[in-house]
Amino acid sequence: MSLAISHPPMRRFSNLLYRKPDLYLAMLLVPPLIWFGAIYLGSLLTLLWQGFYTFDDFTMAVTPDLTLANFAALFQPSNFDIIVRTLSMAIVVSIASAIVAFPIAYYMARYTTGKTKAFFYIAVMMPMWASYIVKAYAWTLLLAKGGVAQWFVQHLGLEPVLQFVLGVPGVGGSTLSTSHLGRFMVFVYIWLPFMILPIQASLERLPPSLLQASADLGAKPRQTFMQVILPLSVPGIAAGSIFTFSLTLGDFIVPQLVGPPGYFVGGMVYAQQGAIGNMPMAAAFTLVPIVLIAVYLSIVKRLGAFDAL
Amino acid sequence: MTLAVQFTHVSRQFGEVKAVDRVSIDIQDGEFFSMLGPSGSGKTTCLRLIAGFEQPSAGSIRIHGEEAAGLPPYQRDVNTVFQDYALFPHMNVRDNVAYGLKVKGVGKTERLNRAEEALAMVALGGYGERKPVQLSGGQRQRVALARALVNRPRVLLLDEPLGALDLKLREQMQSELKKLQRQLGITFIFVTHDQTEALSMSDRVAVFNKGRIEQVDTPRNLYMKPATAFVAEFVGTSNVIRGELAQRLSGSTQPFSIRPEHVRFAEGPLGAGEVEISGLLHDIQYQGSATRYELKLENGQALNISQANNQWLDISSGHQVGQSITARWAREAMTPLTDSAGEV
Repeated sequence: MSLAISHPPMRRFSNLLYRKPDLYLAMLLVPPLIWFGAIYLGSLLTLLWQGFYTFDDFTMAVTPDLTLANFAALFQPSNFDIIVRTLSMAIVVSIASAIVAFPIAYYMARYTTGKTKAFFYIAVMMPMWASYIVKAYAWTLLLAKGGVAQWFVQHLGLEPVLQFVLGVPGVGGSTLSTSHLGRFMVFVYIWLPFMILPIQASLERLPPSLLQASADLGAKPRQTFMQVILPLSVPGIAAGSIFTFSLTLGDFIVPQLVGPPGYFVGGMVYAQQGAIGNMPMAAAFTLVPIVLIAVYLSIVKRLGAFDAL
Repeated sequence: MTLAVQFTHVSRQFGEVKAVDRVSIDIQDGEFFSMLGPSGSGKTTCLRLIAGFEQPSAGSIRIHGEEAAGLPPYQRDVNTVFQDYALFPHMNVRDNVAYGLKVKGVGKTERLNRAEEALAMVALGGYGERKPVQLSGGQRQRVALARALVNRPRVLLLDEPLGALDLKLREQMQSELKKLQRQLGITFIFVTHDQTEALSMSDRVAVFNKGRIEQVDTPRNLYMKPATAFVAEFVGTSNVIRGELAQRLSGSTQPFSIRPEHVRFAEGPLGAGEVEISGLLHDIQYQGSATRYELKLENGQALNISQANNQWLDISSGHQVGQSITARWAREAMTPLTDSAGEV
């Protein structure tokens, strides 16, 4: 048949793509894969490779002599402290976010429809429209000595309680804005939307008939919650906690602005490659969140969080 | 005889819509009772009212003599088999079945034994370890049944449980359900929109239309003596004759129903107690075991005639579209109808 010859070139091209779906797929995927491979993975691996380079303390020069010293240095008490501090904050922030987010997500998924649901979506996302640095700065003012938070505490007559909490080692500090508690509050505030939305999505997928079946079989509301709702929302909680956990691990702005002195991993990377110019040590620190998140994911997977996906 | 479920003037309104409108039913203990009707007729809402997922806007519901209005589902001695089965996806089959016993605090050994027994009863012994996603539709249906029956309810509610199954499996499940009900002796309340299913399984059937009950009767009476035009046309097919034509054929203006299979072609002289009417043959549909003829009467109404193909030698029907035909039936075959749903 000579039909093909009479087709204009664009039509012939379309037909070719239709006949060869692999070619079509390749055209679709090659550009993003090049971007992802070269720009993202390539630079990340280059950075990590530099972690094996040697940094000379006297000349401040980096030489490509391969060594494991930088990674070993992570376990020196001063560096290990930074890792423990960051990790414990990430864990506590993830747990607290899940506890705060769950009721909101539950209400959104099960009780709102149409306009009310749209309102909640916007209300949850709106804080993300403002720059995160602006929000962190705003919190320093809210929490500062003589700030709004303190004013409320005073007028509620809770000054002694605040003083007691600020006195607890590992939690407190001289004021709210320079305490671990303050830093924790800002983290929970900033990452909360990342926890609410995945939990809400997982609850949204829960068929109402499952809850009715549970009640029908004699389960009281608390039992239905513990046996059906909570287990089936675990994938959402896990997805949300992956956000809150990794975002806290990598953050270097909030720890600088709020809370007591002392580096977080992100801040340490920033300081090592900037002010100090020790790129190999910065690269070694970069590996920390990557390893921690990998460990975290494998724990979450072992708990069966992805089984219901 | 004791009543399993009793509805007295029960209504359920959703905003302006009356899903259930002043319904009264008495369901006997140990009976297989079906609620039949088109979608939106209120039958499923009635079932949900018994289960406790809905509360009545007015009226009283008694389950085994005890007022149920206001009681949550978990305080009622009824269990439900859901249309979508509603199996818990995160539990295996055994845990699904044992769930009702677990939340009621039955010890582990006993509940696992009883779950295994219930699974054996629905021919799924040995499937306990599987997850619901690993089962076929028919198997899930059986798990849902076992999960409800393991609690030994006095009333079992079934919400179109066979709707998602294919025809062969559905017929098999119908006879199994009926057998199970006889064996257990508990009340089954079965919701369906499939009239064949309702007729073949039930002791009694309630026909729903627009939130009201048109008729409650045995399958045989429902088919042979439909009370209203709606029942006549929803349960099987029927010719409903009204007005002047009804007057001429039955001597009364009250509408009547005549089943297509009770109509035959005129042969010989008109017998005593018979009526006849002629029309043009408009359509012939060969349906295997029967042939359906559609006659256009002089007033434009269609009259359906169904003739069983029980003469194996009779290859051709001997009738042609466009032919003038006289149809005949016995006076007793005509069932007078009341026009609307019976007022309470």
